[in-house]
Amino acid sequence: MTLLKKVMERVLQFTPEKEPDPLIGEGKYIGKAMKRVDGVLKVTGQAQFTAEYKFDNIAYAALAYSTIAKGKITTLDTADAESSGGVITVITYKNAPKIGKPALMDPSGGSSGAMAADIPVLQDERIYWNGQPIAVVVAETQDQADEAVSLIKVEYEEEKAVVSFESELPNAKTPKDVLGEDPEVKVGNAEEAYEKSAHKVDHVYRTPRYNHNAIEPHATIAHWESDEKLVVFDASQMLYAFKNTFAKMFLIKPENVEVLSPFVGGGFGGKGSMWQHSILCVAAARAAKRPVKLNLSREGVYRIVGGRTPSVQHVALGANQDGQLEALIHHGTTQTTEYNNFAEQFSFPARYLYNSKTFDIGQKVVHTDTLANTFMRAPGESIGTFALESAMDELAHEMNIDPIKLREINEPKSDPLRHIPFSCRNIVQAYKVGAESFGWDPKKPGSQSDGKWRVGQGVATAYYPYYRFPGKAKAKIFSNGTASIQAAAHEMGMGTATVQLQHFADRMTLPIEQVSMQYGNTSLPESPMAGGSNQTASLGASIEAAVTALVEVCIKAANKSASSPFKGLHAKDVDIKSGGIYGKETDVGCSFVEILKLAGVDELEAEGASGQPFEMLKHSMHSYGAQFCEVRVHSETGELRIARWLACFDAGRIINPKTAESQFRGGIIMGIGMALMEETIYDDRYGRVANPSLAEYHMPVHLDIPHIEIKYLNIPDEHAPLGARGIGEIGITGAAAAIANAVFNATGRRIRELPITLDKLL
Amino acid sequence: MKNFKYSVADSLDSAKTALMERSNCRIIGGGTNLIDLMRENIEQPDEIVDVSRLSKQIQQLDDGALRIDAAVKNTELANHPKVRENFPVLSHAIVYGASGQIRNVATVAGNIMQRTRCMYFYDDAAACNKRVPGSGCDAINGINRGHAIFGTSTSCIATHPSDMCIALRILDTKINLESSKGKRTVDFADFHRLPGDTPHLETDLMPGEIITSIDIAHSARGSSTYRKIRDRSSYAFALVSVACILSIKDEIVEDIAIALGGVAHKPWRADILESYLRGTPATEGRFKEAIDREMEAAVGFKHNEFKIELTKRTIFSVLSELKTEENSK
Repeated sequence: MTLLKKVMERVLQFTPEKEPDPLIGEGKYIGKAMKRVDGVLKVTGQAQFTAEYKFDNIAYAALAYSTIAKGKITTLDTADAESSGGVITVITYKNAPKIGKPALMDPSGGSSGAMAADIPVLQDERIYWNGQPIAVVVAETQDQADEAVSLIKVEYEEEKAVVSFESELPNAKTPKDVLGEDPEVKVGNAEEAYEKSAHKVDHVYRTPRYNHNAIEPHATIAHWESDEKLVVFDASQMLYAFKNTFAKMFLIKPENVEVLSPFVGGGFGGKGSMWQHSILCVAAARAAKRPVKLNLSREGVYRIVGGRTPSVQHVALGANQDGQLEALIHHGTTQTTEYNNFAEQFSFPARYLYNSKTFDIGQKVVHTDTLANTFMRAPGESIGTFALESAMDELAHEMNIDPIKLREINEPKSDPLRHIPFSCRNIVQAYKVGAESFGWDPKKPGSQSDGKWRVGQGVATAYYPYYRFPGKAKAKIFSNGTASIQAAAHEMGMGTATVQLQHFADRMTLPIEQVSMQYGNTSLPESPMAGGSNQTASLGASIEAAVTALVEVCIKAANKSASSPFKGLHAKDVDIKSGGIYGKETDVGCSFVEILKLAGVDELEAEGASGQPFEMLKHSMHSYGAQFCEVRVHSETGELRIARWLACFDAGRIINPKTAESQFRGGIIMGIGMALMEETIYDDRYGRVANPSLAEYHMPVHLDIPHIEIKYLNIPDEHAPLGARGIGEIGITGAAAAIANAVFNATGRRIRELPITLDKLL
Repeated sequence: MKNFKYSVADSLDSAKTALMERSNCRIIGGGTNLIDLMRENIEQPDEIVDVSRLSKQIQQLDDGALRIDAAVKNTELANHPKVRENFPVLSHAIVYGASGQIRNVATVAGNIMQRTRCMYFYDDAAACNKRVPGSGCDAINGINRGHAIFGTSTSCIATHPSDMCIALRILDTKINLESSKGKRTVDFADFHRLPGDTPHLETDLMPGEIITSIDIAHSARGSSTYRKIRDRSSYAFALVSVACILSIKDEIVEDIAIALGGVAHKPWRADILESYLRGTPATEGRFKEAIDREMEAAVGFKHNEFKIELTKRTIFSVLSELKTEENSK
């Protein structure tokens, strides 16, 4: 945390509490399980995703990738590719249009840039990672482009590359910061406290590389309307940052760039930064003087879109006779590159979850000549909770107490390191509700079986912080009684438009059939990225601001008429009720339709901007959950099956139980994959991904997933817009630890390295 | 993928002629493997001839064997009443393979002809003696978790991925072949090859030859099962699989046939184990001894050493299960 933020955090403690949003309670629509507004479009194939947009005269691009990790290209012979059928042009560093320096992604949420790594895009002969794009073929059809790629001949002068995470561990360094936070935190002398503790556990946990596998591979369509004007369809979680990146790297004005991304087929962080294909597609369209589509193959996603870093984490916990933590030590190392410097925040859970007399928390990184690592659903918290929550279970076992009880004993009253109040924390209650519903009753490890299957239960804490970023939205009312809300938000399958329409309808007190939302392109007001589970809260605040501004506009417009009921009234004197604006005290007012009549116009609109997220500095804001599972491990073959799952979340107000439960379940399924089978197989001899396909990179199939029961406390957070904290990421957190803990309970064997494949259980 | 010509064979003769007369021509059944390989530039035919519309009969022969035409879909074979009744192990093995969608289009001959699996075979940046003879093998010192433990060579350690073929290996299976030069029949046991110095040659199929049908009969009778151990519950290749038929009479192993998948370049018949057990008491102790003898020839690599233990345990688990079934008869 910067000094400025620390000072503000202290100062804000003395400011009065803001009035909670009146909509934190259940509304007419808020809190109701409503169907997705885009559901029919999606199941009938009418919802268009990036690669499905049609342009006249479109050409198709395909990429050639480097097969070495570091060095330079010495020969690049494209003659055969150029003369191959249907080929329009082959672009390499030799003839690529001038592309500016990468405009880098701003992890603090700004929209100044989006590029994942500070590596020139096709501007010189240097190779930075195995899989780097070295040529773009543009052809009349996709098949022709793909065929021509295979005809490109390339030779390299190889340099010694550092690609192995494990062998670089001795050279690990402390990064400047971890997502703006201090990489190291020390309270007291943890080592000494640990040594003196009555109960101790001290282990190393490992997680592998993981890759993004959204159902929609990355795709871009670029169209230069003129030399200065660019339209891009792109699968993006961060529209405005994409827009600004295109403007900067192609040296045109941002207002001359439009980026559209109406539907995204899953993002999970993989579409949060911009990867080279987006820039290459725009460059190809410039070179070909035609609209160009670049749709990455699944292999292409593995070659040029980063994934989750591997990690080695060391957790040591010391507790006194009563189970109170005397020492919480969590250290570890992740991988990154010197071109993106992203230290994945695995140590964040340890900073917020437990009281301890002493803390010693620290993160290190190693730099390798590999593709930049990136955000992947709950970056940090997913792998961090695996280590910390496994260690808590080990300590509970060592002390012979219920692991839930151990967590209860160490439940902090306020933020244990920042010493500020929690906004809303009901983790103990989440455990209670979860344990009752699940039938939590773990027996002695290794003592339960059903035929040849050993059976065990496991539990772990789910944890994800609250984030909100400032943003804008525009609210409109129309003379036919409808209203709409506009924001450059992202619909990646979470149900964003659905829940914000529930919100907007309740805020406008209009029937939901009369409201609509426009989102997914940069002609709309700027919204922050959809990442860090922030979008619901961020949009909630900007829509609230837009509606507040609209009230102001309405009063002013109506007051042009002599018969306006708002004479002498200001926004603060009125409320929105019954589909219109009425005096707080007097109930004098009129409907939105009547306001438009009084104003003599067909529509009125207002843009509002939400403020800085000071609530995050005044309060320690997080979501929590308790993950329960029952596993079965075959005593002969080590096969592992998840038999039951129940999770209970404390994530503030749940706006739409239907879409929320889907989000939670999706996260848990991804957590099951992370725990049991997902792994990027990385050949350390070459720095190359060896399994870039869905056949070899295993993700769960239906048969791997049991029924997942979701519970939630639904206690609104008074300090969050709508009382809601984000829910997109928390489902994956704690999931792997719950499984590892259940495996221990079933077999008596502790697996500290993911994925828990059956060979580890033989 | 290299662009190619496509035509549909309306008769076996026209397919044979095409293979004979046109250069770099391949036949295609369901295409669930060949098209994948073409997409990866591993197979680069100039022309493909679709034989999926040729005869799809399943008929009982006079000697009781079942003749299955080459173009029969995997799903159809697995569901056929005669197969379910008389060869349940085959039915069982097929439904453990791939996914429902793949089985619906994949043909019997295509399943037999599918190429071995290896991540390095699929990556044209890697050294692979199978793809480019003499270029080396990146798997031997690479990441070889899924690779073979039996019959490997210094050229190749890839595994045969089929489930169906493991069951066929414990049946008395013959493959009927035709080319414009004539017909011949080969034992299934001799059809697939070990890698040796020529890993690019995976089968005994001669240039111009087409599989027209297979004949299956019983090599052993008794209780049977197919057990597949893999990294997820469905749509994954076997780490180890076991197809087994076992009959026990008066506590003595009367007959046994057992084959292993996921462990070799071809379906691996456990001959040593079989002959050790045949005609001897069906005790768990002898099962273990037989398994140890069979596994003496197994050689693990850096990442697949576990397969040796896993194979032992899986065979033992299968034998115990079938013994229980036999004893309850």
